[in-house]
Amino acid sequence: MTTQPTPPEPEEEPHFASWALPVSKLKTEDISSEAINLNVNGRRLTGPIQGFGQMWQKTYKVRLPGVSLTPHEIVDVWRKNFGKFWPKENKFYGSVIGIAPGEVAVLNLAGPGGITGPGGAPLVSTGVLVIYADDVSFSFMTPEGHMFAGMITFSVAEEEGAPVAQVQFLIRAMDPIYEMTFRLGFGHKTEDVHWHATLTNLAAHFGVRDSKVEQKNTLVDPRVQWGEAKNIWHNAAVRTGLYMPVTLMKKVFKRG
Amino acid sequence: MSQAKATMSVRKPSPQAGIIDIQGEVTATAETALMEAYAQASNGNTRTILLNFSGLEYMNSSGIGLVVTLLIRVNRHAPRQRLLACGLSDHYKQIFELTRLNEAIGIYDTEAEALAAVGG
Repeated sequence: MTTQPTPPEPEEEPHFASWALPVSKLKTEDISSEAINLNVNGRRLTGPIQGFGQMWQKTYKVRLPGVSLTPHEIVDVWRKNFGKFWPKENKFYGSVIGIAPGEVAVLNLAGPGGITGPGGAPLVSTGVLVIYADDVSFSFMTPEGHMFAGMITFSVAEEEGAPVAQVQFLIRAMDPIYEMTFRLGFGHKTEDVHWHATLTNLAAHFGVRDSKVEQKNTLVDPRVQWGEAKNIWHNAAVRTGLYMPVTLMKKVFKRG
Repeated sequence: MSQAKATMSVRKPSPQAGIIDIQGEVTATAETALMEAYAQASNGNTRTILLNFSGLEYMNSSGIGLVVTLLIRVNRHAPRQRLLACGLSDHYKQIFELTRLNEAIGIYDTEAEALAAVGG
């Protein structure tokens, strides 16, 4: 799926293999032909430092009472079935290798309220790089054009006698358009709905019914970074909209 | 919550510089220790906060998140205050490059080089 450099051999320092190596630009390979693969290849990775909007730390948690698996075992299942826990309107196209450091995945996302384009086409095509993965956690960073710049960490830990699965964002809206969606509320709401549903599905997979997802939002930096307003050039939502007619035509001709 | 596996000690080689010596594992559990060390290091007229990673054993992605959060706190005091780092192994220099933290934090091989660069 990817041509990212292979992490160092784990013999020297076991944790070295948990991290991806630096990449100048992302490149996807062997992504499913079902995916609409836009706005990933050739894009640089962005962290919270490179985004435009206010910096938020958003944490979603779900307790898994009665689940006797270890955090390691739960994370293993989560990694192997990552996209299956997403709401059905949103698609995660990972590699056959799965979620591993250095792997690039393509995301095809619906809009607010699960709105899709003609034929269920995504409103945003973007991606992520897996920057880190160990036994109990894994993390993504986002490419230029994504809705937000930053890191997302997925983890499981034992808390008060039960495993707790957590998704934590440290992000800024990538550009002024996305920041406007966050300020108006529907940007945050779209993310919240997605991750509440994902954690609920994860809990249900392990037999936990009526799970309650807890959420905590912390405004880490209320300032915007006007120097990053130029990020709007790569806006994946705008570009997906512009390319969609071409992409759909290509798919139709391929079928023919 | 797991127990913290990092210790942070603070030195003030000059009134303008505060050095945080980081020992052990920087993960989410190190948050309190790191932020308290920053509060201690940044009192008075501190213009430079130097994170000394020479005792770092391990840092995961949550640890990188902590460094980002600390950077934001330091930047609130910019241009009066800036964040530097030293003592990173080649592996962790690569991680700072991967996460593009190296674009916002001045990275030096040694404490002496970092302090010389800022005249501290």
